Amino acid sequence: MATPTSTTASVKSATETMQERTRAFENDRESRVAAKVSVRELDFFYGRAQALHKISLDVGSQIVMAFIGPSGCGKSTFLRTLNRMNDTIPGTRVEGSVQIDGQDIYAPGTDVVELRRRVGMVFQKSNPFPKSIFDNVAYGLRINKLTSSKTELSDRVEEALTNAALWPEVKDRLKASALSLSGGQQQRLCIARALAVRPEVILMDEPASALDPIATQKIEELIVELKRQYTIVIVTHNMQQAARVSDETAFFWLGKLVEVNSTEQMFTNPNEKLTEDYITGRFG
Amino acid sequence: MTSDTQTKTAANRRRITSSVMTTLTATCAFFAVTVLVLIIGYIALRGLGAINLQFLTDTPKPVGEGGGIGNAILGSLILLLLSSVIGLPFGIAVGIYLAEFGAGRFAGLIRFVTDTLTGVPSIVVGVFVYTILVLPMRQFSALAGGIALALVMIPIIARTTEEMIRLVPTSLREGALALGAPQWRVTTGVVLPAAASGIATGAMLAVARVSGETAPLLFTAFGSRFFNVYLDQPIASLTVQIYNYAISPYDEWHAMAWAATLVLMTLILAINILVRFFTRKKI
Repeated sequence: MATPTSTTASVKSATETMQERTRAFENDRESRVAAKVSVRELDFFYGRAQALHKISLDVGSQIVMAFIGPSGCGKSTFLRTLNRMNDTIPGTRVEGSVQIDGQDIYAPGTDVVELRRRVGMVFQKSNPFPKSIFDNVAYGLRINKLTSSKTELSDRVEEALTNAALWPEVKDRLKASALSLSGGQQQRLCIARALAVRPEVILMDEPASALDPIATQKIEELIVELKRQYTIVIVTHNMQQAARVSDETAFFWLGKLVEVNSTEQMFTNPNEKLTEDYITGRFG
Repeated sequence: MTSDTQTKTAANRRRITSSVMTTLTATCAFFAVTVLVLIIGYIALRGLGAINLQFLTDTPKPVGEGGGIGNAILGSLILLLLSSVIGLPFGIAVGIYLAEFGAGRFAGLIRFVTDTLTGVPSIVVGVFVYTILVLPMRQFSALAGGIALALVMIPIIARTTEEMIRLVPTSLREGALALGAPQWRVTTGVVLPAAASGIATGAMLAVARVSGETAPLLFTAFGSRFFNVYLDQPIASLTVQIYNYAISPYDEWHAMAWAATLVLMTLILAINILVRFFTRKKI
């Protein structure tokens, strides 16, 4: 097992490697922005218990980054710091900085409501509102007053449902209850709901963990499709899933970021012994 | 061999325990329902004979001249409407506060006070309203009656609303917050609709409860022999009318008390059905 000091050192080297890699990537495509999400020295506390230790990480634009690691390693907690979802839990505290497009989202005066519109989220358990399919997708558009007419609203709903690969299945029953959909459909509805407000980043917290293999496959295809337009960060327990959908992978362990690397590198030749042990199933 | 016998004995004991418990609970359920059926049946039996159109529409008359409870039916409806208009928004608002924003000592205090209020005998509420409203106004009034009933309703509604809102899963709230919804819109647009049918059931129970109240009305709405729709005047109600008829020495009035009871029960049943109809799950 790695000692804390060597882990920290290797975290640094891993981050550096990743930054180099990102730079190389940028040269390939000029349109890319340096880093969509940039986290520096992030500590997170539930009361007195520290859940995250000095996390530094960059997520490039229009890529899929997967977070892997054993249960309780802090990956979901970290994901939720990116749209300040942890603010809703009493007694939590954040130190360090999270920048999205160069703006610190924890700076005083940040409009959290606006932040959450820009950084959408899909949860582990699908959570459609007890409303109609249409109203579910329209919810974010309505509360943020993003459309000016009824036709525009229904166009945006159709667009979101189409992008979430759900439109053909529901187009004839938009007025039906969202709860009448199957589990996989409900999760795609939640994705559509998140897409409707056209966020820049989408956070997914184990979006397929409660779904059967066929529904999972649909969600995975969707994620690959969505990264053309969005930056996606996905937490997953399923290593094959991380390998299939993501461009980059970050490995968390005991609240620390052990390694960030291109997914290919991560699963074939990781820099860290710990990563290798976890991926090959030696612990976890 | 021995272990085989042991297994058999254990299985037998389990079967016996199971059937004994099933019989016991079923018997209790049967008795509870029987009592209810007996009460309703007996009231119907005694009351049905005295019910006719005149009884349902006329005002009370002296003994031997017939008369009816039309004004009492109207009065009860007005009192219920009045108390609901005051009590429902108030109680629901308290419940929302307790469930959504109520953390800390102040909320704990409110919770304790509402719980205590639920247990306060309703005649105390009647005396209280008599002191603060009837005495200064120098007159019994429908308003005082409505307020007394509302005071009985509020703690019940507040606590059921709180319980129902707490049942709404956190994931729904987070889903709405993650779409950029401000807290108050999450409450009004997602949490309340999700809890609506439960809140309505609580409200309905509270309305049914106060529609059977007599004590808070004795010193507030007082009662009246005439049709009245003015809120600053004394007003008749079914419960007070039943009370007056029942304590009288006349057989004719006793029959009318039974009939009025039947009407009151039908009214409560009707409110029940109406509320269920309007709050049935549409989605």
